[in-house]
Amino acid sequence: MSTVKLTVNGKAVSAEVEDRTLLVHLLRDHLNLTGTHVGCDTSQCGACVVHIDGRAVKSCTVLAGQAAGSNVTTIEGIAKGDELHPMQAAFRDNHGLQCGYCTPGMIMSAIDIVHRHSGQLDEETVRHELEGNICRCTGYHNIVKAVLDAAGRMKVAQAAE
Amino acid sequence: MGVEGIGASVVRKEDRRFITGKGRYVDDIKLVGMTHAHFIRSPHAHAKIKSIDTSEAMKMPGVVGVLTGQQLVDDKIGNLICGWAITSKDGTGMKMGAWPAMAPETVRFVGQAVAVVIAETKNQARDAAEAVVVNYEELPAVPDIRAAIAPGAPQLHPEAPGNVIYDWTIGDEGATDAAFKAAANVVSLDITNNRLVPNAMEPRAAIAEYNEPEEHFTLYTTSQNPHVARLVLSAFYNIAQEHKLRVVAPDVGGGFGSKIFIYPEEMVALWASKKVGRPVKWTGDRTEAFLTDAHGRDHLTKAEMAFDKDNKITGLRVKTYANLGGYMSLFSSSVPTYLYATLLSGQYNIPNIFAEVISVYTNTVPVDAYRGAGRPEASFVVERLMETAARQLKVDPAELRKKNFITQFPHQTPVIMAYDIGDFHASLDAAMKAIDYAGFPARKAKAKSEGKLRGIGISCYIEACGIAPSKAVGSLGAGVGLWESAEVRVNPVGTIEILTGSHSHGQGHETTFCQLIADRLGVPISQVSIVHGDTDKVQFGMGTYGSRSAAVGLTAILKAMEKVEAKAKKIAAHQLEASENDIVIENGEFKVAGTDKSLALPMVALAAYTAHNLPDGMEPGLKEGAFYDPTNFTFPAGAYICEMEVDAGTGKSTFVNFVAADDFGRLINPMIVEGQVHGGLAQGIGQALLENAAYDASGQLLTASFMDYAMPRADDLPSFKLSHTTTLCPGNPLGVKGCGEAGAIGASAAVINAITDAIGNNKLEMPATPDRVWHAIHG
Repeated sequence: MSTVKLTVNGKAVSAEVEDRTLLVHLLRDHLNLTGTHVGCDTSQCGACVVHIDGRAVKSCTVLAGQAAGSNVTTIEGIAKGDELHPMQAAFRDNHGLQCGYCTPGMIMSAIDIVHRHSGQLDEETVRHELEGNICRCTGYHNIVKAVLDAAGRMKVAQAAE
Repeated sequence: MGVEGIGASVVRKEDRRFITGKGRYVDDIKLVGMTHAHFIRSPHAHAKIKSIDTSEAMKMPGVVGVLTGQQLVDDKIGNLICGWAITSKDGTGMKMGAWPAMAPETVRFVGQAVAVVIAETKNQARDAAEAVVVNYEELPAVPDIRAAIAPGAPQLHPEAPGNVIYDWTIGDEGATDAAFKAAANVVSLDITNNRLVPNAMEPRAAIAEYNEPEEHFTLYTTSQNPHVARLVLSAFYNIAQEHKLRVVAPDVGGGFGSKIFIYPEEMVALWASKKVGRPVKWTGDRTEAFLTDAHGRDHLTKAEMAFDKDNKITGLRVKTYANLGGYMSLFSSSVPTYLYATLLSGQYNIPNIFAEVISVYTNTVPVDAYRGAGRPEASFVVERLMETAARQLKVDPAELRKKNFITQFPHQTPVIMAYDIGDFHASLDAAMKAIDYAGFPARKAKAKSEGKLRGIGISCYIEACGIAPSKAVGSLGAGVGLWESAEVRVNPVGTIEILTGSHSHGQGHETTFCQLIADRLGVPISQVSIVHGDTDKVQFGMGTYGSRSAAVGLTAILKAMEKVEAKAKKIAAHQLEASENDIVIENGEFKVAGTDKSLALPMVALAAYTAHNLPDGMEPGLKEGAFYDPTNFTFPAGAYICEMEVDAGTGKSTFVNFVAADDFGRLINPMIVEGQVHGGLAQGIGQALLENAAYDASGQLLTASFMDYAMPRADDLPSFKLSHTTTLCPGNPLGVKGCGEAGAIGASAAVINAITDAIGNNKLEMPATPDRVWHAIHG
C-alpha cells in the first residue's frame, strides 16, 4: 500500500492504494469520480481519458503512483459551476452522444485535440485524431460536428478572456 | 408542432448528466458491505470437467466464498431458457440442450463460467481465481457451421443429433420450384454473413443484494428490459419470486440487443448474494464481453432468384445454416427464422418464396439478436441478389429494382408479413438524386483516368419493427406477449411523470417521450419526467429492442394520455360550468371553446387531488395507465447508396459518398432519428468492411479484444447524407415506424455492392478488408 497525493479538479487529494492500482481506479473507487469510465482492458477505447498536467491521457495506462504530484482534470472538473465547458455544450447541441458511456473520454480527448491544433481543425484531422476513442452509438458523425463546433466556441471563449 | 412538440429537434434532456460525468451506470453503484465476484472461465472450447479444487483459493486474502456449478445444481437453480419455440419441418420441436449458469460437467465454449470467487475487493477475487484448479478433459471441438454439420462431427448436446437444433421451412416449396423451372433467368449466390460482436461500450455488470428478513432481492443490471429479466429470473430459475425481486436498469451504456438477454452472471450474482449474505458485484471486462455477450449474425446461405423474360422476379429460394453457438440464448431461435425469413421478400413483388433454415450448435459463444436481428441478414441476401441479377441480366440495378417494387398496399408477401404502407420509388429516387446517380458514369470514367476503381452500390431495405402483435408472435412460438405498458401521473401541482416499460440506453426517451406530452398539453418538457428501468416503480414492460419504443411504447403512453385528458376535461368542464365537449386543451390551459374562460393544468390537477369539487361519482386523482398491443408490425424502409473508390494497388476502399433516404413514418425528434441512423450505418459498414469474430480450428476466439476485433473508428467512416421520405404508418395513431435498426440493416449490402462494382468481381465476402479486396482484384 502507498499513499498517493495529487491534485484532482483543483483539489489536493490523498489516497491509500495498492501499488498496482491504476489511476482510473483511484479516481472511480477511491475518489468516487465515476464519470471516468472503463470500456476495455487494452487501452483501446478511450472511455477513461483524463487530463494530466493539461495533456489527454488514458487513465487505465497510468498507475496511480505515477500520477503522484500531478494535476489531474476529469470530466467532473471542466465546467465552471453551472456553465458548461464549450466542448460539453457542443456535444449536447450537436447530439454528439447517445448512451453517454464513451462521452467523458471523448470530451476530454476532444479538448486536447483542439488545444494541440490551436483550434485549426478540419473534418479529416478530427477523424484522424479521434482514433483512440471508440463510440458504438453515434457513428462519429455528430461527434465530429461537435468537435468542429467546439473549436470555434473555444476560440471565441479564449478571445473573450 | 411547437418548439418542443412532435417533429421538433429538441436537444436532449438527459445529456447534462452524461456530459458532466454524472451518469449513473451499474458499475458506478456501491452498496454497503459489497463484495466482488470474479468468474473462472473455461479455456477450452469443449471439455469435461474432471474436478474443481477450490481449497487453496478459499484460504486467499479477502475471499468470502468460492462457488461452483455443482452447488447451483444442488440448490436446484434452473437452467437458462430459450423463450421462442421453433418447430422443424418434420413437426418435431427444437432440440435444446441444457445450459446451466455455471457448468457442472461439460463446457461448450471458451469463456463459459465454471466457478465464481467472491471476495472483499475485485483484485482479491481475481487473485484467488488464479488459485482455483480446474481439471479438464479436452474433447474435440466444432468451431463453425461446416464443422458442425460434417458427417461424424463431435456432438455437443445429446438432445441434438448431428448438432442440428431445428430444420425449419417457410413458404411454398412446390410453387417455388415450379417458378424456377419456368424461369427465363436464374441468379444464384453463396453468402457468408459474418459473425459479429455487439460491443456496447459499457461492459455488462450486475449488483445483487439479498435482504434476509424480507427474503427480498434487488438486482442492478445492465438490461434493455428489466421486467423481462425479473420475469425470467423468477419464473424459470428458482432464485426469487417475482414480488420478492426488484430489478433496476439505471443508465445503460448501449445495448444493440446484447443486453436483452438474461445471462449466467446475473443469475449467479443473485444466488451468490444469498449464499454469502452480502451484496455481490460483478463488472465484466472487455475480454469477458467478447467471450460471453451473445454474438450476432453468422449465417451460411445459398440463395437463388428466378426471373421471367421481362426481368420480373418469379421466385426466391433460400437455404440458410445459422450458427447458434454452444447454447440457445433467450431469443436465439427466432432470429434466423421469424425475424429473418419473413423479410426475404424485401421491397419486391415476389410471388413465390421458399426458405429453409437449419440452426446448429457449435463450440462458440451463443448467438442471439444483434441490431437488426435477422433482418440485416435477409436484406443482405435480397440486395446482393438484386445487384448480382442486374449485372447478370445487364440492366441498371436501380431500374431492375424499380421494375419489381411493390407499389400497392397493403401487400401480403408469401412469407407471413403484410406490408401496410410504403413508397419504395420515393426513397430510391431521393437517394439517387442525393448521390447524383445519373452523373456516376462520368465520375467513374474520371476516376479510371486517375488510376482508381470507382463503384456504386444500392441497397433497398425493408424491416419489420414495432415488435410485435402478441397474438401473432404467440402463434409463431413466442413465450411472451410483446405489448407495452405506460402510466401517466399528473401530480397535484400539475407536473407530470410518465412511467414506461420501454428502456432507454442511448435512444433519448427522456426527451422524445416528453415531446408527446408537450404536443398534447402544450406544457414545457421541463415539467415532464420519464420514469423507467425499475420494476418497483413501473408496473410492467417488455423493454426496448426491435425498434419498438416509439411504435409500441410511445403509443401506450398516448393511450394513457387520452384517458388522463378525458378525465381532466370532465373536471375542467365541471369547474368552469361548461360542457365537456366544449373543452379544448391549448398551451397548458383547459379552455371553453369560443369563450375567454379557462383553467390552467395545475388548477385542474389540484382539483383532482383536493377532490373538493369534482363531478358526482368521480374518483379523486389524475393518473391513468394503459397497455398497448400493436395490431401489426411496422415496416420502415429506405434506400441507401454508397459510392466507393478502390485502390487496386493496396485493395483499400475509400468512401466517396454515402446517402440514405429512409421512410420511418412520422418523426418525433428528427435530430435523434438521424443519430440513430448514423449509428446503425456505422454498424452496417463495420460488418461490411471491418468486423469479424474469428475462431480458430480448436474453438479459440482469435478476436477477443479491441486489439484484434476491428471496431469502426472515426476515420474509418464518412459523414453521411441523410434524407427522409414519409408514408405515415396506418397501424398506430402516431404514424411512427421505428428507426433504431435501419442503418445496420441496409448499409452492408450497399457497401459490398459498391466495392464489387468497382473491382468487377462479384465474389467478395464480408468483411471486405484490403487483403480480401486485393485478392479479389488480382486473384
